[in-house]
Amino acid sequence: MFTYTLRRLLFAIPTLLIISFVIFALLDLAPNDPTGDLPLTIPPEVREQIRASLGLDQPFLIRYLKWLQQFFVNEPLNILESLTGWQFGDGSRMRVLSWATRSPVVDLIVQRLPQTLWVVGLAYLFGVLIAIPIGVISAYRQYSIFDQIGTFLAMVGYSVPTFFTGVLLIVIFSSYLQWFPSVYDTNLRVTDVSTFLAQVKQMALPVTVLALYNASQITRFVRASMLDNLHQDYVRTARAKGVREQAVLLVHVLRNSLIPVVTVIALGVPTIFSGAIITEQIFRVNGLGQLLITAVQGADIPLVQTLTFIFAVLIVLFNLIADVLYGILDPRIRYD
Amino acid sequence: MNKLKLLLAGTVAALALAGSAAHAERGTDGDLKILFWQAVSTMNPFLSGGTKEVYASSMVIEPLARYDEKGELTPMLVTEIPTVDNGGVAKDLLSMTWKLKPDVKWSDGTPFTAEDVIFTWKYCTAPDGGCAQAAQYEGVKNVEAPDPHTVKITFEEPKPYPYSAFVGAQSPIIQAAQFKDCVGAKAPGCTSANFGPIGTGPFVVKEFKPNDVVTFTANPNYRDPAKPAFATVTLKGGGDAASAARAVLETGEYDYGWNMQVEPEVLDTMLKAGKGVLETAFGTQVERINLNHYNADPALGDKRSTKEAGPHPSLSDPAVRRALSLALDRDVLVEAGYGAAGKPTCNIVPGPPAYASTKNDSWCLKQDVEAANKLLDDAGWAKGPDGIRAKNGVKLSFLYSTSTNSVRQATQELVKAMWAEIGVDAELRNASASVFFGGDPASPDTFQKFYADVEMYTNNFDGGDPEKYLAEWLCDKVPGPSNGWQGQNIPRYCNPEFDKLVGELSKTADLSKREEIAKQLNDMLTEEGAHIPLIYRGQVSSRSLKLAGVKMNAWDSELWNVADWSRAK
Repeated sequence: MFTYTLRRLLFAIPTLLIISFVIFALLDLAPNDPTGDLPLTIPPEVREQIRASLGLDQPFLIRYLKWLQQFFVNEPLNILESLTGWQFGDGSRMRVLSWATRSPVVDLIVQRLPQTLWVVGLAYLFGVLIAIPIGVISAYRQYSIFDQIGTFLAMVGYSVPTFFTGVLLIVIFSSYLQWFPSVYDTNLRVTDVSTFLAQVKQMALPVTVLALYNASQITRFVRASMLDNLHQDYVRTARAKGVREQAVLLVHVLRNSLIPVVTVIALGVPTIFSGAIITEQIFRVNGLGQLLITAVQGADIPLVQTLTFIFAVLIVLFNLIADVLYGILDPRIRYD
Repeated sequence: MNKLKLLLAGTVAALALAGSAAHAERGTDGDLKILFWQAVSTMNPFLSGGTKEVYASSMVIEPLARYDEKGELTPMLVTEIPTVDNGGVAKDLLSMTWKLKPDVKWSDGTPFTAEDVIFTWKYCTAPDGGCAQAAQYEGVKNVEAPDPHTVKITFEEPKPYPYSAFVGAQSPIIQAAQFKDCVGAKAPGCTSANFGPIGTGPFVVKEFKPNDVVTFTANPNYRDPAKPAFATVTLKGGGDAASAARAVLETGEYDYGWNMQVEPEVLDTMLKAGKGVLETAFGTQVERINLNHYNADPALGDKRSTKEAGPHPSLSDPAVRRALSLALDRDVLVEAGYGAAGKPTCNIVPGPPAYASTKNDSWCLKQDVEAANKLLDDAGWAKGPDGIRAKNGVKLSFLYSTSTNSVRQATQELVKAMWAEIGVDAELRNASASVFFGGDPASPDTFQKFYADVEMYTNNFDGGDPEKYLAEWLCDKVPGPSNGWQGQNIPRYCNPEFDKLVGELSKTADLSKREEIAKQLNDMLTEEGAHIPLIYRGQVSSRSLKLAGVKMNAWDSELWNVADWSRAK
């Protein structure tokens, strides 16, 4: 298993390099311009100077190599410096700078991580926690009223877009009932009971929207996987041996059914980090999703490049984790 | 309904007066919550020319003078506005002198001097700095300080309208001490200075989260000890215009929401909650349809829309250009897409009021399909079997492009229907705003390339003088391959007489004469059909009834008088 993991990790390096090049080339070919959002009162000569000051007057390959150096050498050195207090060289090196804010991209990402992990991560966790019991009962009592309702809700949750459920919840709970705020306050620090309650309140709506969406996806996987296993021979054997029904279901069937579900959940983890672009916009959570979409709209290429590349790394990594987990959970699968 | 609105407005005004009279102390009104649905990226307007950055920074850093809500210059950091009459502007128009207020302090307590003003000029004109506001300093030869409280600006050539450098929200003064190591290529590296500039304004940046939220506290060294009334300001960003309007007008979570670009009927339902009102101000924005004077036939390849392509086969006919304008019902366009935020117009210079011409309103403001049809009939454009007019094999069928935006697409549909009534066909197209306005010379979809017969967008000018703006229609400003498609004469209009008159404007100092010439230039453009002016667009923001003192301003930052804002009692 260890050599397999190592081999996969080594193989990931050229893959990621190719991905970074493709992203860079795509962004470069896209007809976007960082001065496109500026008022038309700013004359063309000044726009040209702005582009030059962003380094856009240099050839494609130079810009790509510069980014590689900034991202793979300068940024890690910087992190190492701030962690250990050591200094490499004179300590001043070009970092990956966002064009819109002119500040280091990594700092922006670090600033955005907490709210994205809290809102999107928690919604993912809740989604999983809701999905598994519903999926199990739906499969065990296939075609019952519970299953029908569960299936209906999953279909609704999956097919109704979050920009609709989000606005619907705002209209009901913020405008009409005035129970929850419609705007997320990223400055809120949880220090006592009242700020904790405020945090819970402002997270309630976005987490609900996303949890519903996540749960409806995962619950279908759980149900399908349970159904596959319920009709297996080993289940009949267990029942014939007189094992209690609860144990049959929760110990034998559920454990085996969770194997594919766990990989699905692991593969979904990178989407937490990429944020929930639409939901974050609606509730102004201003996490990584909102960071990415504003960067795309403003043609902030270094920021888009760095963010999408980090997502690519996470996807490659969690694919590996899912494979390894599969091997650990299912003894029939051996990689070596 | 109107009476009710008037009554409401009256009550609010009365409340505002009562409120401001009761306040004589700084920081007594708690937190002011402002919502910008486009989040602020930096607090240094020299590094980003975006409106949101200019507005946000205007609470912290100030220019020497700014425009008030009527578009008139008001001294901020100076004792008076220099003019030729008071001797502030030299008779030869080659220099001007600003007298700084003697006791102004930066928020860190150090004195504000002429050195800071000189530094600001050097900062923004430094090579490799990419200063977004460099155009404000165009024509400035030198800035010097005869004494610590006097600033003398000399110009390269006589400047009849000298109020550009250090005037208005686009040209504020930054502190020399803070930015001295951030000049030129080093500017982006000074992140903490760019995110928290030290200023002379009513507020100080406390925390800046780029593209998210800015928190401010009252400036302890602000020159008026009784202001600002608010102790803190929270400026939240992100989301979209409709939900921003909801947060102010319906849920009441925010006091002020900037730029309510929302369909009029949606805003009307939100206003019914009775928690807020809309604030509108008209500046110089005009939504217009540019008519391409060069041939834009795709068969011409790279030559299209350039001089080599030759004149446009149908749009070069003045009758066609005028008929296209006559066919439009601007009132319908305003009602459908703009509501209170738009007025029909036939001018490209719609304000300030002294510059607004009324000469063409008689024929142009009202839809006249009959006259348009007659004009085309007389010019020999006959309707074919498909209902589309044609002459010598040239059909009146136009490619009509604009940027992607729901209001613009709705307007396109309406215009297409109106043109159909006079036998003109239009093929509608739209490109993403960042591409359309992006100016990438490699892209065929930019508004500068104008690979279409007609195109629609909004443009405006800053401040109170249209001279530079009118100079955009000069013959040598036509975009083309030779100038990398840079140049602001998008319709490719060229008239030597127009050029001559612009030259005259740049030499005229007398204000009433300037107004006269500007009107003439504006009328020439409308009459000769360089473009079809459609809508005089206002700025709309929303304000909670709990907020008093807002004076909506389209000539400067909307937050220009935030020092006077207070909690309505």
